[in-house]
Amino acid sequence: MTFLANSIRNAAPLIARQAAVKQTPFALSAVAQKRWKSNTVEMTVRDALNQALEEELAADEKVFLLGEEVAQYNGAYKVTRGLLDKFGPKRVIDTPITEAGFAGLATGAALSGLKPICEFMTFNFAMQAIDHIVNSAAKTHYMSGGAVKCPIVFRGPNGAAAGVAAQHSQCFAAWYGSVPGLKVVSPWNSEDAKGLLKAAIRDPNPVVVLENELQYGLSFPMSEEAQSSDFVIPIGQAKVEREGKDITIVSHSRSVGFSMEAAEQLAKDGISVEVVNLRSIRPLDVDTIVKSVKKTNRIITVEGGWASYGVGSEIAAQIMESEAFDYLDAPLTRVAGADVPTPYANNLETYAFPDTPIIVKVIRDTLNKKIGA
Amino acid sequence: MLRTTASRLLANVRVAPKAFAPARAFSTTAPSFFASATDVSEKVKITLPESSFEVYNLEKPSLDLEFSKEEVIDMYTKMVTMRRMEMAADALYKAKQIRGFCHLCTGQEAVSVGMESAITNSDQIITAYRCHGFTYVRGGSIKSIIGELLGRECGISKGKGGSMHMFSPGFYGGNGIVGAQVPLGAGIAFTQKYLDIPAVTFSLYGDGASNQGQVFEAYNMAKLWDLPCVFVCENNKYGMGTSAARSSASTQYYTRAGYIPGIQVNGMDVFAVHQACKFAKEWTTSGKGPLVMELNTYRYGGHSMSDPGTTYRTREEIQHMRSTSDPITGLKQHIVDLNVATEAELKAIDKEARKIVDEAVKEAQASPEPDLKEFWNDIYQPGTEPKMVRGREPGESHYY
Repeated sequence: MTFLANSIRNAAPLIARQAAVKQTPFALSAVAQKRWKSNTVEMTVRDALNQALEEELAADEKVFLLGEEVAQYNGAYKVTRGLLDKFGPKRVIDTPITEAGFAGLATGAALSGLKPICEFMTFNFAMQAIDHIVNSAAKTHYMSGGAVKCPIVFRGPNGAAAGVAAQHSQCFAAWYGSVPGLKVVSPWNSEDAKGLLKAAIRDPNPVVVLENELQYGLSFPMSEEAQSSDFVIPIGQAKVEREGKDITIVSHSRSVGFSMEAAEQLAKDGISVEVVNLRSIRPLDVDTIVKSVKKTNRIITVEGGWASYGVGSEIAAQIMESEAFDYLDAPLTRVAGADVPTPYANNLETYAFPDTPIIVKVIRDTLNKKIGA
Repeated sequence: MLRTTASRLLANVRVAPKAFAPARAFSTTAPSFFASATDVSEKVKITLPESSFEVYNLEKPSLDLEFSKEEVIDMYTKMVTMRRMEMAADALYKAKQIRGFCHLCTGQEAVSVGMESAITNSDQIITAYRCHGFTYVRGGSIKSIIGELLGRECGISKGKGGSMHMFSPGFYGGNGIVGAQVPLGAGIAFTQKYLDIPAVTFSLYGDGASNQGQVFEAYNMAKLWDLPCVFVCENNKYGMGTSAARSSASTQYYTRAGYIPGIQVNGMDVFAVHQACKFAKEWTTSGKGPLVMELNTYRYGGHSMSDPGTTYRTREEIQHMRSTSDPITGLKQHIVDLNVATEAELKAIDKEARKIVDEAVKEAQASPEPDLKEFWNDIYQPGTEPKMVRGREPGESHYY
């Protein structure tokens, strides 16, 4: 499962474009800081999130963090490690195991002038609080005719982990992505994680940040720009992680990693794959997707969530309603989580989620399709 | 002089509660109200009946209060105006000018008026959907409240919220999901503590909502973190069509938080409500943590305009409450007994209230429905909208 890092330095001064991903499946707490040329460092997603939280807590007194085990335990997944020591118990708060209560309390704090970051240990548990996310947070600015604001961030791991079975493995991108009044982001790598979380905290609207537990331990290059405390990625903009001309993959979160691996593999056979990392689920960057389809004429989507009513379904519909439809040489195929409650056994769990081989297969199938054939 | 005072109060200028001066002998000769302005600042003393409060792990507040005549008249004026406003909403609903849900607080006026009289602009209130009265006492104009019910541009939420989603300064609504407002209220109290604001948040819920899990979750965090939050159960004896006894294993709502002291109050007596809220504010802002307050009150109307309110309780019960416990009649009796005003003067206030509400209704009715561009506003904060929001079909989409 290890792949050699193979980064290409771009001529543009500040942007280092990464072409492949270094996978370290069992990376632990220490930040792997490996100095590359031109001040790029390697940083895990976990540390990138931690840096974002630290910077925003330092920058604005009104920002505070609450959730289960975020303070003294240093975070269930160590994302909030060290923050209690740095900022004290007023700013970093351990809550009881009462999601509905503390999400409501956090929302009330946001309505009355603070900027809470409400962590859910996983978004599976946020279902207990979803009424507050949707009805108390997302809709209030509209229902009040603009009188009441809600600058809150709801963050935590979303989607598949490993071996945690059905109740702990659901992806909620589609559910939150459908709600007007919310913004929803889904970072893949470390730059995404830091830039999107900072943007979410600074955004005056309620923002849902869907992280992924399996991504936390992975290291990615962080450019010099990304290391700055002003580094923010605009919400609502996708990124073309890899340019290509034969087919587009649109993906988000962990699936971007598999898509990049698939692209690398297919490149050896002369197939040029463009990989679009959504970064934001809502607003969805339809323009970038359309532009890519117009270039490659073929598209697949890859996500960890179920296909039914999912992110891929939304993209398919957007393509149908846009000018990209006329540029298609093949129909869109969704690669998604299988329509089953996630099983526990390793082989069954593997069968439940997309991985590199299935993406490669679907791409080959799509490329073999001919219009009218 | 009284008339002018009343008119000023009816125009919804907020009268800040005056600090209570030391006790002064009350003159038994009935002063003429048209004589001089200083008469309205004259104090009246009230002693509440013993039955006003029951306590749980708490010492009873004092039964002795003192108000200026102006304050008493203000309470009366507000309650009367509120009742008129709710009656106007009732009529408008029956005339099909108000749609959807409409929950009236007729009979419960002492709750919002009593609470408002004991607190300042720094204190905050949040409640559920029976919110018109609170919106009004916290500064919402009658025109904007009726306008919101009618779904007009002049509505307090620009016509986009309706009956259940009204907000005014220091008042966080107006919330449609039963029980959700309680942890929100704990959050507002959290903000007060976080920012070192020496003020209190009253987080209200009904007897029906009192059994919600999130209410207990809020109790727990408020007690754990010493939040300046008063959890107020507005017990009007019925959660929609279900009586308190049929919904709650314990109807002693002021004791339900266990580890939080509680007080049960006669919510039909505006003076008792005032005293309890004043007491609660002092308690929670002196670092003693949260408090639970049960206000025993009664609604004459049904749960909402869709509920006649007579299938689950008898007309005799409603009539009995009206004739023995009405908050306005009760205050009226005090006013006359204490020589704060004469019956004729009170009738003048009633008439003025009716006139003001009627005028506000007319103005609200003259306001147009919201402009279509409002449809697209306030989904996100101005300047942070996405590029485009989809309408019913792609052609109806809006670009920012």
